[in-house]
Amino acid sequence: MVSYWEKWSGYEADAMRAIVDDFNRSQDRIEVRFLSVSQVDVKFLLAASSGDPPDLAGLWSFSIPDFAEKNALTPLDEAIAGSAVGADDYIPLFFELCRHRGFTWGLPTTPGCVGLFYNKKLFREAGLDPERPPRTLEELHEMNRRLTLVELEREGRRARVAFADLTAAERDRKRYSIVQVGHLPQNAGMFVSAWGNWFGAEYFDGDRTILANDPGLRAAYEWLREPSVEFGVEQIRLFGAGFGVSQSAQSPFLGGSEAMIVQGPWMKNFIDQYAPGLEWGVAPFPAAAGVADGAPVALVETDVIVIPRGAKHPREAFEFIVYLQRQDVAERLALAQGKFTALRRVTPEFERNHPNPAVPTFIELARSPGARAVPRLAIWREYNEELVVAAERVLNLRAEPAEALAEVQERVQWRLDRVMRRWDAVKERRLEEWREHAHW
Amino acid sequence: MRTGEQRRTLHGLAFVSPWLAGLAIFTLFPVGASIYYSFCDYDVLSSPVWIGSLNYRDMLSDHVYWKSLANTLVFNAISLPLGLVAALALALLLNQPVRGRGIFRAIYYLPSLVPVIASSMIWLWIFNGRHGLLNEALRAVGVETPPQWLADPVLTKPALAVMAIWGCGNTVVINLAALQGVPRALMEAAMIDGASAWHRFLHVTLPAISPVMYFNLIMGIIGGLQVFAQAFVMFGGGGPDRSVLFYAVYLFQNAFEYRQMGYACAMAWILCLLVLGLTWLASRGSRRFVHYQEG
Repeated sequence: MVSYWEKWSGYEADAMRAIVDDFNRSQDRIEVRFLSVSQVDVKFLLAASSGDPPDLAGLWSFSIPDFAEKNALTPLDEAIAGSAVGADDYIPLFFELCRHRGFTWGLPTTPGCVGLFYNKKLFREAGLDPERPPRTLEELHEMNRRLTLVELEREGRRARVAFADLTAAERDRKRYSIVQVGHLPQNAGMFVSAWGNWFGAEYFDGDRTILANDPGLRAAYEWLREPSVEFGVEQIRLFGAGFGVSQSAQSPFLGGSEAMIVQGPWMKNFIDQYAPGLEWGVAPFPAAAGVADGAPVALVETDVIVIPRGAKHPREAFEFIVYLQRQDVAERLALAQGKFTALRRVTPEFERNHPNPAVPTFIELARSPGARAVPRLAIWREYNEELVVAAERVLNLRAEPAEALAEVQERVQWRLDRVMRRWDAVKERRLEEWREHAHW
Repeated sequence: MRTGEQRRTLHGLAFVSPWLAGLAIFTLFPVGASIYYSFCDYDVLSSPVWIGSLNYRDMLSDHVYWKSLANTLVFNAISLPLGLVAALALALLLNQPVRGRGIFRAIYYLPSLVPVIASSMIWLWIFNGRHGLLNEALRAVGVETPPQWLADPVLTKPALAVMAIWGCGNTVVINLAALQGVPRALMEAAMIDGASAWHRFLHVTLPAISPVMYFNLIMGIIGGLQVFAQAFVMFGGGGPDRSVLFYAVYLFQNAFEYRQMGYACAMAWILCLLVLGLTWLASRGSRRFVHYQEG
């Protein structure tokens, strides 16, 4: 009896439940009990600290450093070495994301990666080529001015015009209301802190120094402000105030009043659900000149499956993890979730049968030398939180980028110093324990 | 003590022992443990490491901590007086002998029965800048660009204060009970002496219900400093510019999101001292205004 807690709900959970059922039917020694758990990290934490964790847990790759350092996970290196799976089976970055401080703490379930979704119909209406998404930030800026539509009084009548067609005086007066936007960086939802990746930012030196003052990050925050300065903070706020989160019926992209948005392959499921008529395409989001030598840049993460420290049936749990890594199983899960797999090999049937025509683009992005992940840092949550707060201040022109980022630097470095102090105190013991624990 | 008495005492203790055990395990022990943890670096997953007063010293230099404290105090400075006045005004209205008084009382009491999550969701839509009821109403009466209640850091706290008033049904009921207890003899005497309605309110009603107003103030302070759910549901991480990052929200973030449980315990103890201090101040300050009936 292997208990398995997973963060997914809805169709993603249903997909995994079907895989679990198949596994249970495929043999009669192990029965995996699947449970969909909201706020899985908090509950996992409480269960692990009370000594009664599940045997398997589904987390995000960015939680691995934190949970590993806090000794909540079982190292899997020995088990992997003695199994049919190995590092070579994966797109390298995805395997790397499961490792921390020289140990492997989990294996991928389904990865994610973000690209630029764009609305072809709005492109056509704005006189742009619907098959030609922006390739540079300059092009994005130009298209944004064409795709952003405003309503204003002209000669006593209400007129609707593209921002690019406003007179200089009308632009300065800003007495208009925005009815459609091309692209707003703040509508990237959970990726607001990630824009630095498209400007070649280094967030962290990999050891004990936070790099929030990095020139790339500053360039990203300067760029974040552009729409606010150009279209007007109040006007954008009024436009955005009517919309909810990016994955609901109130999302401006799904509602057809936002032409471009950064999202992952799962966005297709939401399009099907809320805006079935939407004509869309996917492309890499353009990066600043010279970043990653011109290779497409994307933010990459993966959902992972781990064995908590103190699990009662680690061997049986690992057997299920290995089952998930089988080409056919991994592809079936990815198909059902509308995503792709972390495996290096892709069967031709997979791309052919995939409900999402953009999946090849996402696979290509995930393999690009420009693919980036969030920093491998135990306090990424706090760092992310501070970056989001700073972005919000900069976007609303309440703080200069340099000043907001300097505050992030100071605060997150202070937090990291605390964590490192603790880590230094327990490091030797931990590494020793992990080396011992790797044999099981 | 005689043996009979001793035995009775033992019997009594035996009967209350389940409750005593519960108190010890579920209240006293956690309270004690949290004092200890507040002097430790504790992340819940591994054993606590003693670090002395570092958590308390860290608080001094943590500007987000100060921001959360300031947010909470400002919010209370807005919502407490507003809430007390609103609850008193409503109670006075509902105390008038009008037809259907019972129905009105029920209507005003209803909102306080709505679960906090549900009411937060409702208010999210009421305050929505573009499609919200409130702004639709304002536009209908000619306000061209109504305020962005939830996106403007200056307005978020007042918006939450308005929300809090909506749920003041309990306080209204307490005030009503007090109003019923205003001595009729005094009222009639005042009327015969020709006191106006306002004077009767000021010199008879208010002093008579002042103990209850004092009770409401103390409960308001205790509850107000711990304000959490509405802000957490509506804004998650603290809202625009962290303007509604209240003390309890930041405490929750530290405990369960950042896993700085030691720091969170230290924050909780400071909050406890704050509540005690403010309550003491309120009781000192109100001695002159609270009248208890003799006899």
